[in-house]
Amino acid sequence: MSHSPPLPQASWSPPPPGDGSPKLRLATVWLAGCSGCHMAFLDLDEELFELAKRVDIVYSPLASDVKVYPEAVDVALVEGAVANSDNLALARSLRRRTGLVVSFGDCAISANVPGLRNLLGAPGAGSGGSAAAVLERGYVELADSQPGYPRAPGILPELLERVLPLHAVIPVDLWLPGCPPPAPRILALLQALLRGERPVQLGAAELQFG
Amino acid sequence: MSRTVVIDPVTRLEGHARITLQLDADGHLVEARFHVVEYRGFEKFCEGRPFTEMAAITARICGICPVSHLLAAAKTGDKLLAVRIPPAAAKLRRLLNLAQISQSHALSFFHLSSPDFLLGWDSDPAKRNLFGLMATDPDLARAGIRLRQFGQQIIELLGGRKIHSTWAVPGGVRSPLAPAAKIWIQERLPEAKATVSLALGIYKRLLDGPLQREQRSFGNFPSLFMGLVGPEGHWEHLEGWDGGEARGPGGAGGSGAAGGHGGLRIRAADGSLVADGLREDDYASFLAEAVEPWSYLKFPYYRSLGYPEGIYRVGPLARLNVCDRIGSPWADAELVELRQRCGPVATSSFAYHHARLVEIVACLEGIELLLQDPELEDPHVRARASLNRREAVGVSEAPRGTLFHHYRVDDNGLITRVNLIIATGQNNLAMNRTVLQIAREFIPDPVPAGMEIPEPLLNRLEAGIRCFDPCLSCSTHAAGSMPLDLELLAADGTLLAQRRRGA
Ligand code: SF4
Repeated sequence: MSHSPPLPQASWSPPPPGDGSPKLRLATVWLAGCSGCHMAFLDLDEELFELAKRVDIVYSPLASDVKVYPEAVDVALVEGAVANSDNLALARSLRRRTGLVVSFGDCAISANVPGLRNLLGAPGAGSGGSAAAVLERGYVELADSQPGYPRAPGILPELLERVLPLHAVIPVDLWLPGCPPPAPRILALLQALLRGERPVQLGAAELQFG
Repeated sequence: MSRTVVIDPVTRLEGHARITLQLDADGHLVEARFHVVEYRGFEKFCEGRPFTEMAAITARICGICPVSHLLAAAKTGDKLLAVRIPPAAAKLRRLLNLAQISQSHALSFFHLSSPDFLLGWDSDPAKRNLFGLMATDPDLARAGIRLRQFGQQIIELLGGRKIHSTWAVPGGVRSPLAPAAKIWIQERLPEAKATVSLALGIYKRLLDGPLQREQRSFGNFPSLFMGLVGPEGHWEHLEGWDGGEARGPGGAGGSGAAGGHGGLRIRAADGSLVADGLREDDYASFLAEAVEPWSYLKFPYYRSLGYPEGIYRVGPLARLNVCDRIGSPWADAELVELRQRCGPVATSSFAYHHARLVEIVACLEGIELLLQDPELEDPHVRARASLNRREAVGVSEAPRGTLFHHYRVDDNGLITRVNLIIATGQNNLAMNRTVLQIAREFIPDPVPAGMEIPEPLLNRLEAGIRCFDPCLSCSTHAAGSMPLDLELLAADGTLLAQRRRGA
């Protein structure tokens, strides 16, 4: 990971396991992904009980009702590519409020399957670009009634012209590949963080795509 | 001044969404809307790819129910090859789907929705979640986690991985059942059954007590219900229509069993059959979709009733409403009890939670039955053929409802056109109506100027959506009915009329 920018100072350092010590403040974030990475996180199954002793989930679409990304998050696992204006805004605000940002899964790392639409915006792929191409197909050609692009400023985000990997819009500290990264890989990463490893050294088994 | 109350994002939900309430100048509720705020556009960018890749690509629509896409893609592929898959493959696919429905329903009930019932609507939002449940009722949380794990583990034992396996392929499946896998499943089945029994007991007690108001007011209205049924009219989750002549797609007045061919059935809230024995191949003749500018999720409707009168619901509750019976003893007893509570056709969307638990019972009994079938272990699991057709429609019942894959390919098997009708989208009209009904029931009228709506009331609006367990990853990333073939268009005057009407 020589291309990694220098690690920002995380506000958190690992406490010894035990009662009363501060817990790691963990966020999980879902941008343009399929939630498979989040499902792999839930595949930690009973390990979640162990994790809960040392980690507080302070923000998560599936495991928290907190609506606003909180301040002073230690680690964020960010699933998904950056495909629309909401994704972009959330990525920027979580960067400001998080010590360590993890590109969590292949979509965050490379744009992966959501990024396939970028091909539609390639030179020679037709006019209009990739966003227009998918909107046209979805909401005009394939509508039986009331065709038209969904548009509700302030409520519906706009699609970005190119679907981007996370590191294209904010500095990223760690990459955890896989589509999704299976639960044991996620556990290995979290355990390294809980041991206080900086930078985190992941083994070859944790660094596989697909 | 009129104002808009926004819930953003809706949490404990599989996808990105907002809810808005429009209040007029006097604080009266004018409108409540469920906005889905994401779109990836699979139906366009799959073009040009080999149809054999569709399983791997479309599985990435959704990490919760990738198996549904895998199966629908494989079944569409079977039809493109024009093969009948080996019996063992058909049974293994059924096992896979039963495992997937179990794990997905366990996720919906234990991980996502039970914190509302068990910790309370008014409990601390920072703790009203799976981790809060783990802290307050660790035994129940652990049982739920292990029930989901049971389904996920079967998927891994069959397909090599829990999420985005590519085990089902056109012509069958890649590998037979390993003996060790069978033993593992058999050993864990009793625990899974005990967990769902526990959950049913807890849930029914809540229904008799504190959840009565929710059962009455969370999206309780008449609509159509659609789902697959088997040849005898029983609960079905995978096989579509099989052979023979269709029974008037879109036409009214079907009655009795599905003519021995299974297929899709549509039942009205008064119990009457609106259509029966519908072929998945004809879906575009009876389903259509509308677009609203305020959501990326389209609004499918039953074509002959028009938009939005053609509102219908799919998923666990719809499957239980359309079938005559399930076909296994415990599940059938639970179905009888559900109908005693809700009437022959349950119209409250809150009953989806109950239906999900009944379906887990059906899945576990189905898995048990399959494991007793010696043919399940037959090593012949794949039929091979080259491309024999240019167009096909595959259907399966995803945990959230009926899923259609429709491909057209060229002579080389490259996709020229793809359409996917996803379960959750078909509940869009019903989800919006549910939000409005809950808002009318729970939000004070009028809301005095300057008054904030309390958080527990807003949480109830979100919980109305959670009843449907919507998978927004799925539903917005691929939706739309593919225009019919030109010759079909020429033969079908109604379709032309509806297109013009919307334009
Ligand atoms: S990396 Fe794979 S599993 Fe994760 S969100 Fe993307 S498609 Fe889904």
